[in-house]
Amino acid sequence: MTKKQNSFTSNLYIFIVMAFMYLPILVMIIYSFNDSKSRGAWAGFTTKWYADLLQNESILTALWNTLIVAVISSVVATLLGTAAAVGIQAMKKRNRELIMNFTYLPVMSPEIVMGVSLMLLFVMFGVDFSLFTVIVAHITFNVPYVILSVLPKLRQMDKYLFEAAMDLGCTPLQAFMKVMLPEIMPGIISGFLIAFTFSLDDFNISYFVSGERAQTLPVLIYSMTRKRVSPEINALSAIIFVVVLTVLIITNLNDVRKEKQLQKGGRRG
Amino acid sequence: MKARIAAAPYLLWAALFIIIPMGLVGWYAITDMDGNLTLDNFSASMRFAPVIGSSVWLAIIATGICLVIAYPLAYMISRKSGIGQRTLILLVMLPMWMNFLLRTYAWMTLLENNGVINRLLGMIGLGPYEMINTPGAVVLGMVYNYLPFMILPLYSVMTKIEPLLIEAATDLGCSPWETMKRVILPLSLPGIATGITMVFVPSVSTFVISVMLGGGSFMLIGDLIEMQFLGNAYNPHLGAALSLVLMAILLLCMVITDMFSNPEEKEGLLL
Repeated sequence: MTKKQNSFTSNLYIFIVMAFMYLPILVMIIYSFNDSKSRGAWAGFTTKWYADLLQNESILTALWNTLIVAVISSVVATLLGTAAAVGIQAMKKRNRELIMNFTYLPVMSPEIVMGVSLMLLFVMFGVDFSLFTVIVAHITFNVPYVILSVLPKLRQMDKYLFEAAMDLGCTPLQAFMKVMLPEIMPGIISGFLIAFTFSLDDFNISYFVSGERAQTLPVLIYSMTRKRVSPEINALSAIIFVVVLTVLIITNLNDVRKEKQLQKGGRRG
Repeated sequence: MKARIAAAPYLLWAALFIIIPMGLVGWYAITDMDGNLTLDNFSASMRFAPVIGSSVWLAIIATGICLVIAYPLAYMISRKSGIGQRTLILLVMLPMWMNFLLRTYAWMTLLENNGVINRLLGMIGLGPYEMINTPGAVVLGMVYNYLPFMILPLYSVMTKIEPLLIEAATDLGCSPWETMKRVILPLSLPGIATGITMVFVPSVSTFVISVMLGGGSFMLIGDLIEMQFLGNAYNPHLGAALSLVLMAILLLCMVITDMFSNPEEKEGLLL
């Protein structure tokens, strides 16, 4: 009896918190169909904001910028970070700790400080803000996350595997490609995904190094919220929400299916 | 071992884009416009002590509210069935994937003087209330944006707490309250420490939430820094000094949360 009451209160509580998290998003989606420039009043159903959105040059450019930055910076960060992790793992303890300390610096320090520090660097050396500076900044804050997700995999790996491969006639490169890489691949992939999503989502750092011409989507959204009320933002949010929801559902269903297969395989074995 | 060389490109990169920029912040903080060494920037920072104080205070309130909301929620989720946990955690993470500017913008729509909430209240003859451009709105924005950062670490420690442990405590005569205090709370301390850091750091350093929901009339240390670099107040030297003050505050926060979690962990190891 008390158990039932308990689960009722806990379900109610979960429901209330979820409502708090999702009502604002729901309201935004509803208002993306509102035929009025004003945020509060409801003036009938329309899809014109979606049409406006698709014709808005600056939004499309910003979207394109965001994707370019995310792809390039996450690929470079993954290469740089994976190589770094392999090297760091091979170091003596003292050097390793020293390097890990400044690797943690971008992770622990507030984004605004990282943003202004890179801005100072670019201004000091007379580098104009462009997609290039944004990409450099994104690589910088992404590499530590790749290192931090590859290192544990390296630590788990049997260190004699690599030596065994060399003894059996592999060149170091072959040993890396054929033995080490498959072992640490899950870490590399999750590092890449973290880097990619962080890059897509970043505002605080891009804001300081993008200038007028290399705006990413979050930077553009910020300037839109500063200037005037623009219902296109609601439409954009609705689209992003649906895309994210779809991606998450698909990957999650995939995970569930894989787990079930594993369980089946386990039973057979 | 040749493998060490693999880290060389990263070391070069880190030197160029992590160490040198941080050094520049330090250098700017202790020099003036003409390049002379000075401590004026720090004494000028102290003039903004009220702003710094209120940033810390609002961030503490927001972190506290997040903890109070998230703790029972994380516990309840961790006691659900496998598929239930998975779905609920997915629901917690989903809003994180939307840019926080969009989420904050949604609250502008809700809180405005002629916004959704005031219109709904107006229908039943209440209001309008002045909700946006208040410290409360800024705290709400912080709580709303960073709540998942508190829920997730708490959930990940709680889901590892063996249900048998709780059962054992109950069998040995603990009331639910005592079980909470003596078993669940000590075991979840590392999650609390992580959650506090993950909410406090972005809250205390935000410069967007205060502008969007505080209406610019209301400044936080993040806004001060932003103004020194991109605003009318252009003074990177003062901005650099303020950045160092901000980092000092965060370091202090981390030291404190560390003190919280470590002795208990050691105790746990002894048991």
